[in-house]
Amino acid sequence: MSATGLGASVKRTEDIRFITGKGRYVDDINRPGQAHAYFLRSQHAHATINAIDFAEAAGSPGVVAIFTGQDIAADKVGGLICGWMIHSKDGSPMKAGAHPALAQGKVRYVGDAVAVVIADSYAKARDAAEKINVDYGVLPAVTDLKKAVGAANIHEAAPDNTCYNWHLGDKAATDAAFAKAAHVTKLDLVNNRLIPNAMEPRAAVGDYDSGTDTMTLYTTSQNPHVARLVLSAFIGLAPEHKLRVVAPDVGGGFGSKIFIYAEETICAWAAKKIDRPVKWTADRSEAFLSDAHGRDHATHAELAMDAQGKVTGVRVHTLANMGSYLSTFASSVPTYLYAPLLSGQYNIPAIYAEVDAIYTTTAPVDAYRGAGRPEATFVIERLMELAARETGRDPAEFRRQNFVTTFPHQTPVIMAYDVGDYAGALDKALIHADYKGVAARKAASAAKGKLRGVGFSAFIEACGIAPSAAVGSLGAGVGLWESAEVRVNPIGTVEILTGSHSHGQGHETTFAQLVSDRLGIPLENVAIVHGDTDKVQMGMGTYGSRSGAVGMSAISKALDKVVAKAKKVAGHVLEASEHDIEFKDGKFTVKGTDKAIDFGSVALQAYIAHKFNGQELEPGLKESAFWDPTNFTFPAGVHICEVEIDPETGIVNVERYTAVDDFGKLINPMIVHGQVHGGIAQGIGQALMEGAQYNSDGQLLTASYMDYCMPRADSVPSFNVDTIETVCPSNPLGIKGCGEAGAIASPPAVINAITDALGHEDIAMPATPAAVWKAAQKRPMKHAAE
Amino acid sequence: MVQVSMTVNGKAVSAHVEPRTLLVQFIREHLRLTGTHVGCDTSQCGACVVHIDGKAVKSCTTLAASCEGAQITTIEGLAHGGKLHPMQQAFQDNHGLQCGYCTPGMIMTAVDMVNRKGHQLDEATIRHELEGNICRCTGYHNIVKSVAQGAREMGGAK
Repeated sequence: MSATGLGASVKRTEDIRFITGKGRYVDDINRPGQAHAYFLRSQHAHATINAIDFAEAAGSPGVVAIFTGQDIAADKVGGLICGWMIHSKDGSPMKAGAHPALAQGKVRYVGDAVAVVIADSYAKARDAAEKINVDYGVLPAVTDLKKAVGAANIHEAAPDNTCYNWHLGDKAATDAAFAKAAHVTKLDLVNNRLIPNAMEPRAAVGDYDSGTDTMTLYTTSQNPHVARLVLSAFIGLAPEHKLRVVAPDVGGGFGSKIFIYAEETICAWAAKKIDRPVKWTADRSEAFLSDAHGRDHATHAELAMDAQGKVTGVRVHTLANMGSYLSTFASSVPTYLYAPLLSGQYNIPAIYAEVDAIYTTTAPVDAYRGAGRPEATFVIERLMELAARETGRDPAEFRRQNFVTTFPHQTPVIMAYDVGDYAGALDKALIHADYKGVAARKAASAAKGKLRGVGFSAFIEACGIAPSAAVGSLGAGVGLWESAEVRVNPIGTVEILTGSHSHGQGHETTFAQLVSDRLGIPLENVAIVHGDTDKVQMGMGTYGSRSGAVGMSAISKALDKVVAKAKKVAGHVLEASEHDIEFKDGKFTVKGTDKAIDFGSVALQAYIAHKFNGQELEPGLKESAFWDPTNFTFPAGVHICEVEIDPETGIVNVERYTAVDDFGKLINPMIVHGQVHGGIAQGIGQALMEGAQYNSDGQLLTASYMDYCMPRADSVPSFNVDTIETVCPSNPLGIKGCGEAGAIASPPAVINAITDALGHEDIAMPATPAAVWKAAQKRPMKHAAE
Repeated sequence: MVQVSMTVNGKAVSAHVEPRTLLVQFIREHLRLTGTHVGCDTSQCGACVVHIDGKAVKSCTTLAASCEGAQITTIEGLAHGGKLHPMQQAFQDNHGLQCGYCTPGMIMTAVDMVNRKGHQLDEATIRHELEGNICRCTGYHNIVKSVAQGAREMGGAK
């Protein structure tokens, strides 16, 4: 392994601009003559809009224009869409109400955009918006998932506020497994609603050039090409060849910047309307109100086992909160990203899942780091832990007994696991966590009046989404391949154009490592180009831990083509058959001779084209590829959390956190570990402190960092992170996705540790000090083991 | 409009601004120094931290007009003569950043922490001192390592 090649912890090249303040985020972009947008948002969760009076606001200093839903309707601006079709059990298509970028006739959540004020400065736009008078006819709000069916109707198109009633698996076989079970474990679980909180708030700058009739949108996007496609094909702002979408440096996404939102749509549309650039940047309160939220499931889950401890069936019924409108990929999250993962790492013969997707008068809910897979992992790992405790089994050994051990393994819920070593990860995790020392540490805590507990999470997830035809058959409106173009310059430097987008993942380093490794050129001779639809032709973007497995596979495939072409050129230069040319460490040699030429010289020869017939071999050295995955990748691992609780205060200290993950081959272990650290912290946040709270009127009570508790440096420990390796067979690099694993695995590990410490069956997330203190006052449940 | 004059990264600057102009707006919008970021509106996240007369301050809750005559250092003013400040270098060395958005504030806070607390900082001190800076990417693990290294190297240790 070279110092910069595959597998090396190369320091990130992109860091220099970020640590010196030279990053270029959307809010750092200013266009000549730009105006500023302020969105007037509904303060009601559910109301008709009877009239909007903006006469006084229009005369406010600096105001350029005020637009409402009527203006976008008049211009036939299309509504925001959901790109994944789900069918209900009865075969009927999901019921999605219209989602105009500015409300038309009705508002459906606090934060719904009602009007946009455009002025010379943001402050003037905001001042003017205060003078707008909206006459609302207030309707009943419904924020409680369990009360939404039968509550006031939110969308005419969706009776009973139901989007779909979906199911997966064999109900009869699963019911039969339960009928024969020696023991059944049951849990009612809430997967708490989270607000993603990327540190950079969403922002957009629309810029229209009337001379060329082209529109440019700078936006905080994880997938600028998908944004262009939707804004063009569905919303109808401009045809794709007249619409450029740029997502420059983006300050974190975690899913929330996948989606196509109202504000960016309006900035682009309004820029043309007023023939001036229009800029908008969310403040944090707006981000809380209007970014798509995550999770929000209520699930009844059951696990059946035989007398020997073999799990024979899993049955779940989940209510999934979609919020007020169906966001871009919302429908896929509680269905195909969720139920197919309910088998966990286990060989379970029968699984049946029912999911009811419900509208409420709350912000839209969509994919957030892990998206469906954390919810599934929470269900199966809470069930496994409780089942072990109820039947007096060691939670680690109970899991081991049920692990899938032969591959490929077809689960009863779609997925075909390709490769893994679940026991290997468990063994390593038990050592790192000093599982043998737990009893002594529990005794030491007890002697101080503290409660200590240990919790496991043996997670699996499916990422690197996914074969296009497969996702198409499940309802996806797009293919999920990735594209790459390798441009070799005449002096041998290389530009890689990728459809992946980096918003913290370090692609400029890891992708360059692949190129450096394959072409034998220094890292600094490689530039990674992404995030601009004028430069990169097409791409599907970054989410679902797909940039390594899918994005880099596309680059790998294009590099194969470059090497094949370069060998032909080298053959001509070295006067040998291309079949006798070998390429290694940046050098082309003729087999069995000392004749050689380096990569840079071959590049030059390819462009000057003097040594070959340009009719038979095209000059130049530039290749592109699209990579369509052959399967999901299945990262898996074992996380062990150890907590100490002060029963007097309810404060939970995470004392140790161990993660042993299998991500296949690692490109850059430093970056992989960093992804895991961040994911674990988000999962600890979900388990201990985060939770969006609406009151019954639909007001978001947690709309600032004063009220929504984010993990701080002193709320988490340092993490003990390690990996094992089983090589992924479904991509040329043998890699599995690592971006979401931490957030998927950690919540059940933490809750299993807390319930172990308390001796309780369950505690709801977030397990805040108040909740834990209350729980600690109750008598623990009797364990069969005791 | 009010007249404000201050020194930013060693350079004298002055401008007429609206009285309500915040220091962060002055730095970002008037001086076009966009390394200082805004991540919240309640003075919680610390993405906007700059040094005013050598002390870390959240520039999102400081009026520009209140900084009359002050010496301001932003993230752009930390490196000298093309050489990174030891704290900047430590963040790269330890993968103390991912998306980079919170990073300028983290680094400015960390430098101030070292100025106040010295060069040998234990993990508990670093974690406690970072209470006013939120990062969503790193889980803080590598930020803590970065600050410890940066502190040592600011003291001349290698």
